[in-house]
Amino acid sequence: MLLKVEGHLATIGFGTAAGTLARLLMLRNDYRQYPGYPHGYVIHLSLGFIAAALGAVAVPAIAEPDFTAVTFLALAAQQFREVRNMERKTLEKLEELELVKRGPDYIEGMARTFEARNYLAMGTALAVAAAYQWAGREWAAAAAFISLLASWRLMAGRTVGAICDVVPVPLEFRGAVLTAAGVALVNVGTPEMREKILREGLAVCLKPRDADARATLDDLGQRMAVAHTAAVILGTKNEIDLPELTPVVRKNIDTGELVLAIVPFVRDPEALVAAVRRAPILESARSRPLRTGAGRAARRRG
Amino acid sequence: MPQVNINNLILAAVVRDTGLAAGVPLFLARNAEEQQKIAAYLARILNGMVHDLENGVLIVVRH
Repeated sequence: MLLKVEGHLATIGFGTAAGTLARLLMLRNDYRQYPGYPHGYVIHLSLGFIAAALGAVAVPAIAEPDFTAVTFLALAAQQFREVRNMERKTLEKLEELELVKRGPDYIEGMARTFEARNYLAMGTALAVAAAYQWAGREWAAAAAFISLLASWRLMAGRTVGAICDVVPVPLEFRGAVLTAAGVALVNVGTPEMREKILREGLAVCLKPRDADARATLDDLGQRMAVAHTAAVILGTKNEIDLPELTPVVRKNIDTGELVLAIVPFVRDPEALVAAVRRAPILESARSRPLRTGAGRAARRRG
Repeated sequence: MPQVNINNLILAAVVRDTGLAAGVPLFLARNAEEQQKIAAYLARILNGMVHDLENGVLIVVRH
């Protein structure tokens, strides 16, 4: 009896440790300032630990077998969905005071990622515990390594630089309308503001490489994400009462290219190009018209 | 009840000639410089943006 308990404890311990480690590796605090340090870290790690423990505990339950214990997993799924809603509410509250907003698509993506990472931690724990239970320590270590690698690859999202070319373009005023690359951006009424924008503003053109890319860039949430990324990395000079200096993204309706104009804190065109290329592609914006017959036919004709 | 928002509202217009605009709060300026100044002040106060209609009318809009 004692030996059995010890065996189960080791299985659960290994699985939980692997799952928690997976969650720790997925916590990347980059320019997005998310999760917030240190309390956000504590919340994410704790939930990851709980998810891992739940995943690991399922294995001895199946081995016993004691299938009622598996209902734990159903309970866990319910809990994590609640957590996703809480995350989204928190992010939306913070969004109200952002000068350059992320947009609801970006926020939804972040909340979904949060939920997904917990499930990945659970899955990792389950895989490692199962390997330990039925195959031994070495296989458990191998399973841990593979799971961690898979989690790492799955969580790395694609960036805008992968689907389009980003080139700097000059800004000019046609009358009172700010224009770049032939795209009218915004009407600026004050001559001082016009001079300031010409002097200190920058613009880039995002040229999609194919129809899929154009459909993705078309998405308004994706455009907001690009503007937000550029604003966070380079800083903007806009203020609550200076909306003229807010970053603006507009599409060239004939070519599908996007133009982003921004008055950054750091006037460096190379840095702006790099920042825009780093912008994440939102899952909700990703579109694949070329996957359909109609899309491919349109490309042949158009 | 679904929320109805009014976006892109013209808050005020600043003109040098009263015949150019109507139906919005009007501010009459004596010259171009004063027109710019009034528009800028109004925009700051109202959290709006100044747009130039290129016919002598400056409008302050809430986006």
